[in-house]
Amino acid sequence: MAVSFTLNGKVVQLNVPDDMPLLWAIRDIAGLTGTKYGCGVSQCGACTVQVEGEPVRACSLAVGEAKGKKVVTIEGLASKPAKAVQTAWQKLDVPQCGYCQSGQIMSAAALLEKNPKPSDADIDGAMAGNICRCATYQRIRAAIHAAAKSLA
Amino acid sequence: MLQDIVKAAFAPSRRTLLKTGAATALVLGFHLAPRRAFAEAAAPAPNAFVRIGADNTVTVIAKHLEMGQGTYTGLATILAEELDADWKQVRVESAPADATRYNNLAMGPIQGTGGSSAVFNSFEQLRKAGAAARAMLVSAAAQTWGVPPGEITVSAGLIFHDKSKRNGNFGQFATAAAKLPVPAEVKLKDPETFKLIGHELPRVDTVAKTTGTAQFAHDVRLPGMLTAVVARAPLFAATVKSFDAAKAKAVPGVRHVVQVPTGVAVVADNTWAALKGRDALAVDWDESKAETRGTAALMEEYRKFANQPGAVAAKRGDIAAGFAAGAKSFEARFDFPYLAHAPMEPLDCVVRLTPTSCEIWAGDQFQTVDQMAAAAVAGLKPQQVKINTVFAGGSFGRRATPNSDYIVEGVAIAKAIKGAAPVRLIWTREDDIRGGRYRPLTHHWLKAALGADGLPAAWQHRIVTQSILAGTPFEAMLVKNGIDGTSVEGASNLPYEIPHFQVELHSPKVGVPVLWWRSVGSTHTAFSTEVMIDELARAAGKDPVNYRLTLLKGHGRHRDVLALAADKAGWGKELPKGRFQGVAVHEAFRSYVAEVAEVSVAGDGSFKVERVVCAVDCGIAVNPDVVRAQMEGGIGYGLSAALAEQVTLDGGKVMQSNFHDYTPLRITDMPKVEVYIVQSTAAPTGVGEPGVPPIAPAVANALAVARNKPVRALPLRT
Repeated sequence: MAVSFTLNGKVVQLNVPDDMPLLWAIRDIAGLTGTKYGCGVSQCGACTVQVEGEPVRACSLAVGEAKGKKVVTIEGLASKPAKAVQTAWQKLDVPQCGYCQSGQIMSAAALLEKNPKPSDADIDGAMAGNICRCATYQRIRAAIHAAAKSLA
Repeated sequence: MLQDIVKAAFAPSRRTLLKTGAATALVLGFHLAPRRAFAEAAAPAPNAFVRIGADNTVTVIAKHLEMGQGTYTGLATILAEELDADWKQVRVESAPADATRYNNLAMGPIQGTGGSSAVFNSFEQLRKAGAAARAMLVSAAAQTWGVPPGEITVSAGLIFHDKSKRNGNFGQFATAAAKLPVPAEVKLKDPETFKLIGHELPRVDTVAKTTGTAQFAHDVRLPGMLTAVVARAPLFAATVKSFDAAKAKAVPGVRHVVQVPTGVAVVADNTWAALKGRDALAVDWDESKAETRGTAALMEEYRKFANQPGAVAAKRGDIAAGFAAGAKSFEARFDFPYLAHAPMEPLDCVVRLTPTSCEIWAGDQFQTVDQMAAAAVAGLKPQQVKINTVFAGGSFGRRATPNSDYIVEGVAIAKAIKGAAPVRLIWTREDDIRGGRYRPLTHHWLKAALGADGLPAAWQHRIVTQSILAGTPFEAMLVKNGIDGTSVEGASNLPYEIPHFQVELHSPKVGVPVLWWRSVGSTHTAFSTEVMIDELARAAGKDPVNYRLTLLKGHGRHRDVLALAADKAGWGKELPKGRFQGVAVHEAFRSYVAEVAEVSVAGDGSFKVERVVCAVDCGIAVNPDVVRAQMEGGIGYGLSAALAEQVTLDGGKVMQSNFHDYTPLRITDMPKVEVYIVQSTAAPTGVGEPGVPPIAPAVANALAVARNKPVRALPLRT
C-alpha cells in the first residue's frame, strides 16, 4: 500500500491504495493543496500536474501509475517557461476567483516548454481542456503570448 | 437581487442609506474594534475596517467575500485612498461575521455579498474610515513632534512635517494614533485628487492565485480533520427511508456513516475513502413528496400559465386601448432552461464543533445568515459560531443561500458525529450539477404593437418563473402583492418610452430549488425585452441602435453606453461576408452596460461569436482594470449559458451530471472582448453582474439577422 514517486524534486512515499487518484494523494496525503479538484473526470483541467513533463489530469491517474515518476505541481514549478508564465499571469492580473488557475498555469507552462512561440491555434489546442467559469480566457491567451515574448 | 431587499424592506433613497448607514457603522466601528484584531495586532486597531501594524502594514478588513469579482482590491483601494497609504503596504483580511459592524448597507442588518453591492455600499463607509485613520495618524505625529496638525502632510504611506524636515511612516505612529479619540467629522478628498481610485492598481490576490497558495475552503487542513461526502436523493425533496452502511463502513478509512437531513454522510480519513464509501452505500429513498415532473412537462404548464393574466408587476396607460390603436402587433414566446452556477470550486466548508463553539471555514457569501443557521443546527448561540471567510472559487450566487444549505449540512454532519473531529464537507461536481438551486426554468410571453410612427404603442409582458424568494426567510419582507421583484427586474423597469405598458407575473410552485444566478432576473428579462425591441425596430424599418436611442428619453446613461458601444464596434459599417452584429443594452444593479456582438455564421448555420464590444457606466471606476475583467468575465459567463448550458429533468431526475453534459464555455469559444468605460463622477456601482445580461440578446439579435429567423429559446446550441 505504499507508493513512491518524485514530487516537486523530492522522493515521497505515500501510504495509499494504488487506485487512489493522484489528485487526492497529492492533496490529502502529501498535503499540497495548490492542485485543485473541479470535476474528477478529466473534463475541467483544474487538477493539471506534470508527470514526466507532460500535462496530466491528476484526478484520473491512479497514484499507482505515477510510481517512480517525476510529478510536478504548481508548488514545484521551476522551469524558465513556467516562471515566465507565472510572471505574465501576474502582470496581466489573469485570475479572478483563482480556483482553476493552478491548472491553467500548469497547462500553459507545459505548452511553452515544448513550443516557445505558440500560435492562437496552438493555445486553443493546449488550453481547451481547462475550464474557467470566470471566463478569464482572453487574459490567459494574452498572458501566454506575453510569456512567449518574454522568453524570445 | 439584493437591491430589492433594500428597496422593499427599507426603501430609503440611496443618498440617505449611504449617509446614515456609513455614519452608524463608522461610530460603532471605532468603539467596537474587532477582538481578533486586538488580540493579533502588533498595535491596537484604530477602527473596524483598518489595522495599522507597528511593522507599517496596513490591513484592510473586508466585510465582503472575494469570489473573483475583485472586491478585496476595490475595498482596499477605497480605504487606502483616503488614508494616503502606499499600495505596497496594503493587505486584506476578511472580517468576522458581525451584522452590527459589517452589515451590507444595501441589504439591511445582514452581512452578505451580492447584488453587485460591495463597492456601492462601502464607498463612503471606507472613505470615512480611511480618512479617520489618517487624521488620527496625523494627530499622533503632531503630538509627538510638537507641531500643529495642519502643518503635516501625508503621501504614499509617509507622514511629513516639512518645516522641521521630519518624517515617519504609519507604523511609527500606529500605537499612539489608536489611543486618540476618533474624529467626529472627517474631510474627504476631492475626487480630482485621487491617487489610487481610478488607477489600475494590481489586484491584491493575484500572487497567491498564481502560485497555488491562495486558500479556499477546499484547502483548509485542521489536525485530525475528516472529509465528508453526502449521498443525496435522486429526486428533489425525497428523504431517506432506510440505509445499509455495512459495505460503506468496510471501506478502509471510512470512520462514520451518519444520517443528516439532506441524506447520508460518509465521513472518512480522506476524500478517496469518503467517495468509495459513498459508492458502497445502499440508501432506500422515500419519494412520496418528491418533485417528479420533468422540464418538458413543466414548460408545457408554464405556457398555459402565460395564456392567463398574471399578477400585475408594472402598469402604465391602458394596454387594451394601446393594442386597439396599434397599427400592427407582434407576439413572441421565449423559453429559458434551468441553469447551474457550477463554480469551479464546488460547495464545501470545514466545521469544528465543540459543546460550546462552532468554527466554520467557508467561501461564505452570507456570513450572518449562515451564522444564525449554523447556530440553530448546532444548538448554540449565534455569537458562539465563528465564521472564517476564505476565498471562494467562484459562486455566481450559489454560496448565498437563504437556508444556508451547505453550511447547515456541514454542521449537521459535525453534530451527527458528536464533534468527534473537524469535518470538511465537499460536494463533487455531480453533487453540484444535480444539487438544485438553479436559475429558474422560465417562460415569457410578450406582445407589442407598433403605432403608425413605427414606435411601440403597447407592450404586454407575461413572465412565468418560480419565485426565488418564496419559502425563504426573506419572503414575508420582500414578496409584495404576489410579486417577487427578482422575477421581473429588468422587465418591470423597462426604460423604453412606451405609452401603454403592462408586466405580469406567474410564480408556479415547483419542487426544484432555485436561486439567484449572476444577474438574477435580468438573465431572462434582458433577453426577451432586447430581442423584442430589436424585432420591432427591424419591423419598423429602423436601425436597432437609433430606434433604442429614440425610445430612451430621459435615460441618458442607457443612451451613452449604447452610443459608445455602437461607435466603438463600428455599428452600421460594412462587415466582412458572413459576419453579423447584434446589440443589447441593459441596466442591472445600478450599472449600465451595452454590448455589440459580432458573430460569424457559416453556410451550415453554425456560428461563432468573434468579437464583443462592451461599454459600461458604473459611476467612478474604482479600478478600471477590474471593471474590464468583470465585463470580460460577465460576457464569458453569459455567453456560456447562452450557447450550451441547461439543466433538464426527466421524471424529476436531473439529466446532467458533470462538465461533459453541462458544458461551460471553453477558451476556443471565447470572443475577443473590448471594454470601454464611461468617464463618470457618480458614486461607484457594481460590476460583478451587469456585464452578463446583454450578451445573450446581442448574440441572438445578430443571429436573427443572419438567419432571418428570430431566436426564441436558450441555449442556442441544442
